[in-house]
Amino acid sequence: MNMETIRELQAYGYIFLTVFLAIGLYAYIYHLYRAEKKGTRNYEKYADIALHDNIDDAPVEAISPLNKEKE
Amino acid sequence: MQEKNALNYDYSVAKCFTYATILFGIIGMLIGVVIAYQMAFPQLNYLAGEYGTYSRLRPLHTSGVIFGFLLSGIFATWYYVGQRVLKVSMAESKFLMVVGKLHFWIYMITILTAVVTLFMGISTSKEYAELEWPLDIAVVVLWVLWGISIFGLVGIRREKTLYISMWYYIATFLGVAMLYLFNNMEVPTYFVSGYGKWYHSVSMYAGTNDAMVQWWYGHNAVAFVFTVPIIAMIYYFLPKESGQPVFSYKLSLLSFWGLMFVYLWAGGHHLLFSTVPDWVQTMGSIFSVILILPSWGSAINMLLTMKGQWGQLKENPLVKFMVLASTFYMLSTLEGPIQAIKSVNALAHFTDWIPGHVHDGTLGWVGFMTMAALFHMAPRMYKRELYSKKLMESQFWVQTTGIVMYFSSMWIAGITQGMMWRATDQYGNLAYSFIDTVTVLIPYYALRATGGLLYLVGFFMFTYNMYKTMTASKAIASEPQNASPMAA
Repeated sequence: MNMETIRELQAYGYIFLTVFLAIGLYAYIYHLYRAEKKGTRNYEKYADIALHDNIDDAPVEAISPLNKEKE
Repeated sequence: MQEKNALNYDYSVAKCFTYATILFGIIGMLIGVVIAYQMAFPQLNYLAGEYGTYSRLRPLHTSGVIFGFLLSGIFATWYYVGQRVLKVSMAESKFLMVVGKLHFWIYMITILTAVVTLFMGISTSKEYAELEWPLDIAVVVLWVLWGISIFGLVGIRREKTLYISMWYYIATFLGVAMLYLFNNMEVPTYFVSGYGKWYHSVSMYAGTNDAMVQWWYGHNAVAFVFTVPIIAMIYYFLPKESGQPVFSYKLSLLSFWGLMFVYLWAGGHHLLFSTVPDWVQTMGSIFSVILILPSWGSAINMLLTMKGQWGQLKENPLVKFMVLASTFYMLSTLEGPIQAIKSVNALAHFTDWIPGHVHDGTLGWVGFMTMAALFHMAPRMYKRELYSKKLMESQFWVQTTGIVMYFSSMWIAGITQGMMWRATDQYGNLAYSFIDTVTVLIPYYALRATGGLLYLVGFFMFTYNMYKTMTASKAIASEPQNASPMAA
């Protein structure tokens, strides 16, 4: 493969990657807001994990029903 | 598990690493001040024969503060924060306690051996990766132990979701593991060819390839040791100390992925105008500029967390330390990308502006955040209030003055130096010789060293305050929920 072809492939790769990453970034933002709007997840409540961190505080989201029973 | 009342977080490993942070902080920063004065007064190079020369001490300073002070600070906060955000105590697993203690002792032996061998002049001569292969293996062992401790604790957690700080601690673990292994691939010369001492080695990469791997590692050491774990700390300690939830948890997630992706590609900016391929240089430049976004995403998120609560800055010196840390993070993550732009780099490369930049990040962001974290942990670990608020306030101002003196003198020195190197007369001849620039810079070197000295004085104030908190402060009946209790 000559240098010119390599450079051309690099340029296509570069454009593809840039577009892919830009879409990926906005899709992630969309995913975060959509999940909240649909009620599948409330990301902001996870901020409470730092604030209520005593060993006997109830977990924000307990790991299993078994642990939930114990509280 | 049934007697929940009896269960408490176990801070024994966190305490050990806290002592290590203070010890290596003193060693690393003291050597830093000595070598800074050596730049201003070269005769100071001859105080202790070969052991006191700048070239012998410089790797000791960098390794001492990075792998001594800061790594132990990261481990201390991990063994504190990890348990709390996962809501599980180290005391619940004998295995994890043994791993934690082993982690600490292997770490201490490794770093103390590193101090001795670097003093002896045993070095691979790779910047920030000077340790020879036997010590590299010890580093791998202690890193694996840390990994077992992280994932072990995650495995027995009660809190299902990993808090954002956990993401950053895990990223630190994975990032450094990958970087350290690849950059320290080395050939032990004695065993392969019979040359040199048994502990000598040469890099497995040669020439330009070695440079590229080295700066991929070097810059990402900044990423995964100076940035990622410090963000882990601030995302826990600032909300906890101020009682305010993170301003936007979603923004913290977005910034996390942004930082993870972008940082790894920025190292090429250390090799601008060198023999590495042009596209590597351009990529390094571009990714460095993009890096502003995720960095400011985290920093702004922290400042907005204090929205409506700025009064706390007046009452609580710990909040002040953390807000200043976050502000310095913004400053250095704007300054770095500016220096990575090719035309700016043509002026800035190899000048004192570069160490100036590094130090406003490390002293302002890393140092302040680490000390604030240890201050926050102390009343909870030792069940005593912080010894002196006044001393903390004075420390804040002494150190802030030191940082400002440090970076402003280095800005002026660096730009002066760069301009003098480039200056030509009407025929295109260089206007100055190298020694002309050195003469001009000496006053700035003295200013820089004095700024560093102020920071060291502040660190001794911190040490004294911590020592008195541990030993002589008033006991507290119950653990404080938010603002740390402190005597006037």
